[in-house]
Amino acid sequence: MNWILSTEEIQSGDRNRVGGKGYALSLLVKNGFRIPRTVCITSDAYHEFVLRTGLRERILLELHRKDFKEMRWEEIWDCATRIRNMFLTKTLPDDLAQEIRTAIGDRFRDKSVAVRSSAPEEDDAQSSFAGLHESYINVTGVESILKHIRLVWASLWSDAALLYRQEIGLDVEKSSMAVVVQETVVGDRSGVVFTQNPNDENQGIIESVYGLNQGLVDGTVEPDRWIMDRDRNTIVTHTPPERKYWIIPGPNGVRLAELPAEKSAHAPLKPRDVGLVFKTARQAEESFKMPQDVEWTYDGDSLVLLQSRPITTLRSDKPDDERGWYLSLHRSFDNLKNLRRKIEDELIPGMIAVAESLSAIDPAGLPDEDLAAEIRKRWEINHKWVNIYWADFIPYAHGVRMFGQVYNDAVQPDDPYEFIDLLTNTDMASIARNNMLMDLAGMIRNDQDLAESLKQGDDSGLDDKFRSLTDEFIGKFGDLSCAVTGGKNCVLGTGPLYRLLLEMAKHPSPAGSDKKVHRIDRLHQTYINSFDDDQKVWAEELLELARSSYQLRDDDNIYLGRIEAQLLTAVQEAKRRLEEHSGEQAPKILKQVLEEVDFGSISPKSTPAATASGDKLQARQLLGQPAGPGIAKGRARVIRKHSDLADFKYGEVLVCDAVDPNITFVVPLATAVVERRGGMLIHGAIIAREYGLPCITGIPDATTLIETGDQVTVDGYLGIVTIGDTVL
Amino acid sequence: MISNDQFRQRLAELFRSQNLATLATHNDGQPYASLVAFHASEDLKHICFVTPTTTRKFANLTSDNRVAVMVNSSTNQASDFHRAISVTAIGRAEVVDGSDSETILVQYLAKHPHLEEFVRSPSCALVQVAVDSYYMVKNFQNVMELHLEP
Repeated sequence: MNWILSTEEIQSGDRNRVGGKGYALSLLVKNGFRIPRTVCITSDAYHEFVLRTGLRERILLELHRKDFKEMRWEEIWDCATRIRNMFLTKTLPDDLAQEIRTAIGDRFRDKSVAVRSSAPEEDDAQSSFAGLHESYINVTGVESILKHIRLVWASLWSDAALLYRQEIGLDVEKSSMAVVVQETVVGDRSGVVFTQNPNDENQGIIESVYGLNQGLVDGTVEPDRWIMDRDRNTIVTHTPPERKYWIIPGPNGVRLAELPAEKSAHAPLKPRDVGLVFKTARQAEESFKMPQDVEWTYDGDSLVLLQSRPITTLRSDKPDDERGWYLSLHRSFDNLKNLRRKIEDELIPGMIAVAESLSAIDPAGLPDEDLAAEIRKRWEINHKWVNIYWADFIPYAHGVRMFGQVYNDAVQPDDPYEFIDLLTNTDMASIARNNMLMDLAGMIRNDQDLAESLKQGDDSGLDDKFRSLTDEFIGKFGDLSCAVTGGKNCVLGTGPLYRLLLEMAKHPSPAGSDKKVHRIDRLHQTYINSFDDDQKVWAEELLELARSSYQLRDDDNIYLGRIEAQLLTAVQEAKRRLEEHSGEQAPKILKQVLEEVDFGSISPKSTPAATASGDKLQARQLLGQPAGPGIAKGRARVIRKHSDLADFKYGEVLVCDAVDPNITFVVPLATAVVERRGGMLIHGAIIAREYGLPCITGIPDATTLIETGDQVTVDGYLGIVTIGDTVL
Repeated sequence: MISNDQFRQRLAELFRSQNLATLATHNDGQPYASLVAFHASEDLKHICFVTPTTTRKFANLTSDNRVAVMVNSSTNQASDFHRAISVTAIGRAEVVDGSDSETILVQYLAKHPHLEEFVRSPSCALVQVAVDSYYMVKNFQNVMELHLEP
């Protein structure tokens, strides 16, 4: 077993053990090109690690919890996160660690290095999926390098790799990962060369920036661009950009800085350098016998090649392929900071103002024609905000994920979701709403007469204080009769709200989320202390951003719900009029507008056909993702339509397709939460954590295999729902 | 969601692929497990095996005919945890003899031809379990159950 090979030692048969990147670097060395000092940690080392630590089977178990086809992107992200944490918390076996330590210590001592993925599948000419695995730059110190080797190994199972598993031939049984450790050359000018222009085979392209290459690669720094004549090695065109920034080594890897004025006046390459860079890349092309994409940097006056790979055309996803969009949700810290400003200063106040201005118009007072116009207007406004929700709010939720990853890297906790505890304790709108419900229930609990008149459905006997608080509640959150999703199925009136309040009043109010302040303080201290002094401010900023992202993930739905509630009020008024004057009398204009906005008819959901045989197939244990620790038992309440919520009884287990914040008001009554939609960061899981309830998400057939009234046991530690009696 | 037919298909596949089953009986409340070469009927209503009448399992099942039979596809590898399927059947065991036994034995021997001599021994009995229900475990902790029409 060769766990470590230097580029000079790599033989032609080693390609699969050192990966595409490592192998290409060894060929550059053999052909006399200058590259930074480099070693490869072979895929044998990966195999050794996952076999001896038992990770191999743990990864397989994780990836076989459920069918990939049934996994949402969030679940794939969760899956990748859990696997990543396994790699972070498992130390290397001593002999393997010692061998790598010695090899790295000898070569790099305390020099900064890049730790790059070199998957055997990656960088093949036919594969255009480079970049699915992680690489880390500016890593210093032997222990830190060892940690980053484990992180690169873990990225064999990154969410991106799992999404494109078929295209890259990711095989959960066989795939492995090699790692390239390469000394950092802090070039003051860097770039890439495409030896052949994808649009013109007689040309090549050079792009160059000041500083390190990362800014060019991820698009944050605009490069100077030269089109080259391949045969003559001459410049065809040069397009200079507005040179504003460069990437230089910084405390957390690298950082973006303003480019000093004396540099911004000149292109990073002189014409003579352009010619040399292109000539060298063409020589690499000859060695590899196909057009190359070469990354290079200038170390003083000396040209150094960082890597060379076959040119790959950009993958073009089919129109219904959403994977590219999912991956675009990975945002940079700066991008998220800007998004936060936009959301907090502009979008949220905008949503509140719109909902308020709409509520000032009472649809009941409008003539048919104006009502139709009002519905159309509200539909358009609602539509606009739904689009904004997808464009800005959903990507902003990535703040939580980014923090989770940074937290796990820094703290290496046993529970990869420990970081969520640091994000709770924020003032979520849905919690504020539920607290208001508790207050109303408390008034009923202490007032027999009030409870009696509500039971009778007698509005006239309600006292003023209760009535005004109810009105305030409805004004803010609606009467709970419509959900945002599937809101076409509204129950009119306050009946459901009163029923729910009566149920709440029958039982003592829940203790609520026990804000374990000490624990949170301790986690906060551990988090901050795991950073060097010069990174602490950044770490705090990121935590703050994550808290805002976490809170908004819930609140944005509430605000959106308020706008949709205004649309629904107008739609309900139109429906009421249509029912009153059915047939010929019906106001055509209203009928027409309802059809236009797709509120015309409700198609009944088809139920699965009963099997002819007298055999009975039923579920006993269903496996999902553990999303809130704890174990609890109760009768299931399966929510198939929104009106089912009004029947919710204290102590029941909430079983539903997807909890959205507009229906979380029954959660304080529930003893556990089970959800078809999967993920650790979905609303059901967040709200269950707030109330300290066991929660399982991602059970594909939860709402069909479980019936209302079934006795169920929810094991939130392991993610198992058991149907039928159990000993607890 | 898995259908009745798919569930039955999975059972049939597993029973075809495996030769041995674990039989659970009891003696006055003390559980006892033994390994048997089994065959399942095409309609999945019965699982049969052959045993010498001198054995503990035979004594146990004649005094209480409630039994469990487990068939699984594990291979003694770590990968069993995500790959193996295990099925437990519960039902009632009865001894079959006379002409009824002949048709069953033909099928039984087609699956286990090397047991010809054993099966024909006068000291052996053919035992058939009428299955009430099947419990299938896969993906480590996913459990579905099929209750057969009585």
